[in-house]
Amino acid sequence: MKFYKAYVTIRLRSSILDVQGKTIEHALQALRMPSLSNVRLGKHIELDVHAPDAETARTQVQDACNKLLANPVMEDYEITLTETTHQVPA
Amino acid sequence: MNVGVITFPGSNCDADARYAATLMLQNNGLDGVVYQLWHKDAELPDAIDLIIIPGGFSYGDYLRTGAIARFSPIMEAVAGFAANGGHVLGICNGFQILCEAGLLPGALVRNANLRFVCKDVFLETTSHKSIFTRGIPQNQSPLRIPVAHGEGRFIASDEELDTMEANGQIAFRYVTQTGEPTPDANPNGSMRNIAGITNEQGNVLGMMPHPERAADPKLGYFDGLLIFNSFASLLPSNTLLTKSQEQYAE
Repeated sequence: MKFYKAYVTIRLRSSILDVQGKTIEHALQALRMPSLSNVRLGKHIELDVHAPDAETARTQVQDACNKLLANPVMEDYEITLTETTHQVPA
Repeated sequence: MNVGVITFPGSNCDADARYAATLMLQNNGLDGVVYQLWHKDAELPDAIDLIIIPGGFSYGDYLRTGAIARFSPIMEAVAGFAANGGHVLGICNGFQILCEAGLLPGALVRNANLRFVCKDVFLETTSHKSIFTRGIPQNQSPLRIPVAHGEGRFIASDEELDTMEANGQIAFRYVTQTGEPTPDANPNGSMRNIAGITNEQGNVLGMMPHPERAADPKLGYFDGLLIFNSFASLLPSNTLLTKSQEQYAE
């Protein structure tokens, strides 16, 4: 068994208006930063996974995303997985 | 008729919902019990006719509104109850929980103006298909009922919305006092001004406005009671079984 660190990024699907992102964008414009645009606000979740291989680890995190971490009706998610030599202390 | 109102950690409209359910029984001359149900209960009491999932901030709205409450032991019992045709009313946070649980389509996200909105709104009864709306008098429109939420913007895909409209699942829409579904009448930016929906069968209703907060005539207006009365007056068989002795005598 190996240990993995999973980083999950969740954001509203691109078809859904992200009002918080828009508001942040307006604030950036107010700060005279016109080169910054298309702000999307999301959530970042980190978790440890104990699994025999990376594929299994990814499947387990995907399962968690589909059932709880994200709401597929309105959100997309991305998973980044890195192997760690030992379990990262909490 | 027996009613169960679920209390989650963070529910804050459960007492009002029980009060409105009691008014509903009185108003319709029905005998019955209004139960306070705890989220950890794995089973519902026998002979329940209506489950109300009240408003509030269950589990602090952590992760997403309703996302954690959905996994409470009682929600499995509620899903089974609904699958067997049992009647479920989700109000505000209750609506959000029903969407998260997949008992209703779509989702509820942050209000378009990012503000918590707390005010009276006007509702058109868009579909009279369900037991919760069929008994609302046609001339009683729009209904005046308060909202109080930060995440009430209803979203679904266009195809899903079309299907819901075709099925008569849009129970309520936000309208102006004169009955126009304008953007100004929409307090949260919900798609197609949707304020409340039912499942395809019509036995599960979710709505952001709070009918239980407009149910007591002492408050001056009680349009919310019309929704409860619609249910109480139309519930088949049970009406005859549970009407009080005095009514049988009449």
